[in-house]
Amino acid sequence: MTVVEETRDTPMSEYRRVLRDWLAVHAPGPLAHLEPEEQLQRSREFQAALYDAGYAGITWPTSVGGQGLGQAEQQAFSDEAAEHELPLYPFMIGMGMCGPTIVDLGTDAQRDRYLRPLLRGEEIWCQLFSEPGAGSDVASLQSRAVLDGDRWILNGQKVWTTNAQFADFGAVLARTDPDRPKHAGLTMFVVDMHAPGVTVRPLKDMTGRAPFNEVYFDDVEIPVENVLGEVGGGWHAAVTMLGHERVSIGSARRPRRSPLEFSSLAERAREAGVASDPVVRDRLAELYAHERALALLNSRIRQETAAGRPPGARGSVLKLAGALQLRRAIEVAGLVSGADAVAWDPAAAGGDELALAINAAPSASIAGGTNEVQRNIIGERILGLPKEPQVDRDVPFRELAVGTQRREGAR
Amino acid sequence: MTLVLDSEVEELRASVRRFLADKAPSERVRAVSDSGPGYDPDVWSGLAAQGVLGLVVPEELGGGGAGHVERAVVAEELGRALTPVPFLASAVLAVDALQSLDDDAARTEFLPRLAAGDLLGTVAVAERGGEWDRTGGLTTATERDGRWELTGVKTPVLAGQTAGLVLVLARTGDGPAWFAVDGAAPGLARDRLNTLDPTRRLARLTFDATPARPLVSADPAAALDTVADLAAVALAAEQTGLMQRAMELTVEYATLRVQFGRPIGSYQAVKHGCADVYSAWEHAVSVVRHAAWSADHDRAELPVAAALAQTWTGPAAFAAATAMVQYHGGVGYTWEHDAHLFYKRAKSAEQLLGSPAGHRARLADRLGL
Repeated sequence: MTVVEETRDTPMSEYRRVLRDWLAVHAPGPLAHLEPEEQLQRSREFQAALYDAGYAGITWPTSVGGQGLGQAEQQAFSDEAAEHELPLYPFMIGMGMCGPTIVDLGTDAQRDRYLRPLLRGEEIWCQLFSEPGAGSDVASLQSRAVLDGDRWILNGQKVWTTNAQFADFGAVLARTDPDRPKHAGLTMFVVDMHAPGVTVRPLKDMTGRAPFNEVYFDDVEIPVENVLGEVGGGWHAAVTMLGHERVSIGSARRPRRSPLEFSSLAERAREAGVASDPVVRDRLAELYAHERALALLNSRIRQETAAGRPPGARGSVLKLAGALQLRRAIEVAGLVSGADAVAWDPAAAGGDELALAINAAPSASIAGGTNEVQRNIIGERILGLPKEPQVDRDVPFRELAVGTQRREGAR
Repeated sequence: MTLVLDSEVEELRASVRRFLADKAPSERVRAVSDSGPGYDPDVWSGLAAQGVLGLVVPEELGGGGAGHVERAVVAEELGRALTPVPFLASAVLAVDALQSLDDDAARTEFLPRLAAGDLLGTVAVAERGGEWDRTGGLTTATERDGRWELTGVKTPVLAGQTAGLVLVLARTGDGPAWFAVDGAAPGLARDRLNTLDPTRRLARLTFDATPARPLVSADPAAALDTVADLAAVALAAEQTGLMQRAMELTVEYATLRVQFGRPIGSYQAVKHGCADVYSAWEHAVSVVRHAAWSADHDRAELPVAAALAQTWTGPAAFAAATAMVQYHGGVGYTWEHDAHLFYKRAKSAEQLLGSPAGHRARLADRLGL
């Protein structure tokens, strides 16, 4: 059998060993006890150190400040990084989505201006697509940019914007021609998040935390040279960026043990003295089977990618299965913990953690494409099933109903 | 751990697929299931000629000297085509039993003939309810004047009516032990059972002071566990192949069939069901590759991997076959359409080596729950 896994003797493992040693020395350790501003400062310092050591932009071309290496090295970094609690969160959107899109579609001037500071953590980026009226159907967005001499004037509202609270720049998708069909009238811009008229408000999610933001644009000026890609080519730019999102979701590994994974719930069952109950055993075994099967599928897709067969739309299978697994795990958590899952002594270990995991679980079935959208992707792009008739495809945007509206005469 | 197949294995797959498409298309599957021994001797000898009946048998005993990864690929193709052949009985169970025991004479005598396809073997372990009893069940073996005899009932037994060599686990005064019984032995009654799945024959074997040859085994119960685990892997591969074909035919039909002015596969109710089957199939392929790889390279992992494989593929394959009938609508419920063959094979396979709940219980045991 051909073995596509690395072995200890290849140059690859040399890369990994050097990286491992470097991380052992330079990883900053947990920062959660620090004030937010101090955390951000330490994160920037670490990102700069990564860049200077040659571990930022591993797969990016050397011409833009990247390392010009392959997926194997990127995977090695993801694996080794997962052994530490690295403060890479502020740079995730820039590194995973905005930066690669500038590499693909940016002008030389844009690449020179933005990429190096992005890679060194000097400038933080966010991505502004979703709107209250445009979730799964992003192309129906209503933020409007109008050309006025040598600048565009942007108005509108974005939502679910990760990292906007400390972002310096954003990649924003706006409508520039409402007389064309919805996909054709969009343009992507680089927007200065410190410009007058930009307002960022934290958005509390159902866990009570606020990891996202709402962003309002009121007459925000954008220079014409900040168009990313073509005017009217915003959808192409968005698809390019979302393609990078899937890759970055697919290669990220979960660093820490979740209270909803099999081993945690099996431990809870033992502690609660119900681990030998036949129903608990049956459900735990089923939970394990799904978790392990998904892990094996993940490994198989990684091995196939390394062997030259990219994952393609099969990333949707991984995402869908991961989301469904959390629902299954919540059910098992209830079976195992009973009332302890819903009421616990404040001093009891793990109570808060489990509650947070239960409350955060719906996010996995919505964020980054709902389960329903993932099933459409699998059905259409992998199985080749026909799309539904699209009633809005060729209609000028201004004639469409979008978002949540009460129609004339409807109740 | 390698979950990707190399080009040689893919060539093996392609060659078996071509052979089955040529010699055992759906109409042959139906004709063969209805008559005679329940399999096509020409297909059987053709498979033997391709060397796929002895893939895991060492070359010096007439086998292919390959591994469980290769055998799993063959089982996948047989599952895809629903081919009615005693592969699981002879090339899996009987071969694995002989290789798991410690009887060199029996190995040398039987393995070359099993690999060549001129001896049909099977294993008789299951008793009432079909669960595999490590103690030998209620079948007893007694020694009289240096000769051994078996008395008891084993059911269901794969290819039990046609096998020339039956390997039996029976209870002795000293615990369980393995025996070889000639299919034509006196005192052996072989009754064909009515089966849910028309493409796989099962029989009840009644032993009444039937002469039997004891087989050397250091640990007969442990050998049984290995045989059961390896069979679980091969059956899971077969189920994965069945799933894949059921899915392909369903997607093809959903693309062609128009109702209310558009292909039914464009409706999310149907499309999402197909997506779920696809997702389960991708998982199944991964689980089976892992289990087959473990059988070849990591026997310590095999007990978990095999139980995982059956836990996953049994219900998943039946769900795929159920979806196949459902999305074909009325035509899927007819005798003429093949959907029912997939449905019956999938349901039968799901119970063949123990129920899904039984597999989950074994998985729980092996995870230390």
